[in-house]
Order: sequence, then structure tokens, then C-alpha cells
Amino acid sequence: MLIMHELAVTESLLQVVLRHANEGGAGKVVSISVRIGGLSDLVNEWVQRYFDHLSRGTIAEGAVIRIERIPTTFRCDQCGHVFPADPRTREAIVCPLCSSAEMTLATGRECFVQQIEVV
Amino acid sequence: MVEVRLIEVREELLAENRQEAGDIRAELRRHGVFMLNLMSSPGSGKTSLILRAVRALKDAFRIAVIEGDIDAMVDAEKMVREGIPAVQIRTGGACHLDAPMVAAGLKELDLAALDCVIIENVGNLVCPAEFDTGAARRAVILSVPEGDDKPLKYPLIFSVCDLLVINKTDYLEGSDFDTEALKERVLRLNPGIRILLLSCRTGEGVSEWTRWLAGEIEAFRNS
Repeated sequence: MLIMHELAVTESLLQVVLRHANEGGAGKVVSISVRIGGLSDLVNEWVQRYFDHLSRGTIAEGAVIRIERIPTTFRCDQCGHVFPADPRTREAIVCPLCSSAEMTLATGRECFVQQIEVV
Repeated sequence: MVEVRLIEVREELLAENRQEAGDIRAELRRHGVFMLNLMSSPGSGKTSLILRAVRALKDAFRIAVIEGDIDAMVDAEKMVREGIPAVQIRTGGACHLDAPMVAAGLKELDLAALDCVIIENVGNLVCPAEFDTGAARRAVILSVPEGDDKPLKYPLIFSVCDLLVINKTDYLEGSDFDTEALKERVLRLNPGIRILLLSCRTGEGVSEWTRWLAGEIEAFRNS
């Protein structure tokens, strides 16, 4: 069986969540907000499934994971304009302001826990 | 009614992996050992590319290999037959190498007697891209039969690598592989990436790859 990288990411997620919940004196974790860049191939459904399995018997059991996707954006090397674009398109990507094709990835690789709701 | 509280976390996932990768980087720096994380799909030529480099550079640099495989020893055995120090890491099902696995592999090597370690990551364009292994440089191979659309399907890996090797150029003739379109797709994700075209089978362009690697090892040593 191939263990997908969602499992490793979810293990890391659980550790981070439990540490912050314990430090905050929480009795139970209700929800977890995660922000993931648009370039990541993480599949939401698998993250939740693995989490449900891994968190059994912990105070995070049953927590709902809300995954917010951060759009992939580019910064134009010529005029500095930041604009969203889908790197998966076959079309050429150009700056909507100055039409330059020289650009640098600005966002899309993020992967972090934003906040947790606890009781 | 129980009150729900909000705890701000704002912590990066895989922070622990990143920390371990940082420790590896420091350890390699102490020994002056350059490490390359080589990634690609299965069958695109990682093993051949490594063998080519080690053969060409064996008089100049002492190179060892860390082999990541889900459950096989074939590649490590190939290396050992060539007299290359090799460590096999069987990931036991995991689809990538992470920093703790690489740290375990490095422990099996005599870093004081090495100039370079090449990680042959698990054949996969998705998962290895997410994990920092502590390598100084990352390279990805794309072989011509895989098609020029791979950066569209797996943009992350092309955005994090320092070098793209387009292998199996002997298949270019008669194929619809659009090298220029591929370059454009990769460069818009990663303008700083170096792109080399070569064929491990015919040997065409291979010296560019070995020159790149030798230059990186030298530059690391002198930095």
C-alpha cells in the first residue's frame, strides 16, 4: 500500500494542534483552520479521514478541519503588480497590467495551521 | 452553554521536518558535504543520471548515494556494484523521503570521507516536493515520454527545484513533446531554475549535467 503524503502532513497537524490545545488548557478541540497554498496537492478529504483516525482517544477527536486554499499569485517582475493566475493552464500567463511575461511566484506554497476552536 | 474559545496558532505544518532539515544542513556544512535531492517519476532516469555523474567525477569527488524506495533494494545494489557507497532507505510504504529518514541514512555514511551525497528520492512528482530533506540543492528530472504537460499537473515540484533535467531527448524526434512550451511553463513558476536537455542513453548533453554538479560541489565547498 502506498501511504500518501497526506498522512505525514496530518500527523504533523495533530501534533501542532494538541500542543497548542494543551498549552491553552483546552478540554476539547472543536475545529481546526488550516491554510494551504493553491500549488499543494493535498486532498482535503484525506486529511480529514487520516485526522479522524489519528486523533482517536485524544482531545482533538471529532474536530472538524476547515481547509482554506490560498490562491496562487504571481508578482510581475516589471511593474510589481500581484495577480492571481492558475499555473495549471496551458495558456501563457502575462501580467494583466503591463503584459510582461516575467514574473515570480508570490503565494501558493503555504501550509500552516491558522487557529483552533476549543472548549 | 459551553463557551468556544479561539486559539491563534499561525504555525507552519511540517515545522518539525523543517527543523530536522535545518539540523542536517548544519551537520553537512560542518563536514563540507554538498547534498543534492534528486526527484522524478519512476523510470525517468534518476539511477542512470547518478551513475553517469559518479563515473565522470569519481577522480575529483567522493560521492555517496542515499536510495529511497518503498520496498526494494535494487537501486542500492546497482550502486554498490559500481563501488559507490550507498544506503538504502525503505520507506515502508511512504511515498517520499522526509528529513528524519535522510538523517538516519546519513548516520550510515562517513561524512568526513565524502564531498557529496545524492539522494535518490522515491519515484513520485507529488509528495517529495512537500518535504525539505536538508539538501543544499534540489533537482527534478522529466523524461520526454512523460510529456510536456507535467508542470501543469505537478506545479509544486517544478517551483521548488534549482535544476530541471529533461532526459531521454533521443525520443524527441517524431514526438509531439514541445520543449519551448515546457520551458515557458516551468520558468513562469520558477524563473531561477536551470534547465538541461540530455540523453543518458546516447550520452548527449550528459557532460552539462556532470559539469553542473561539479560546479555546485565546488561552490558549496568554497562558500
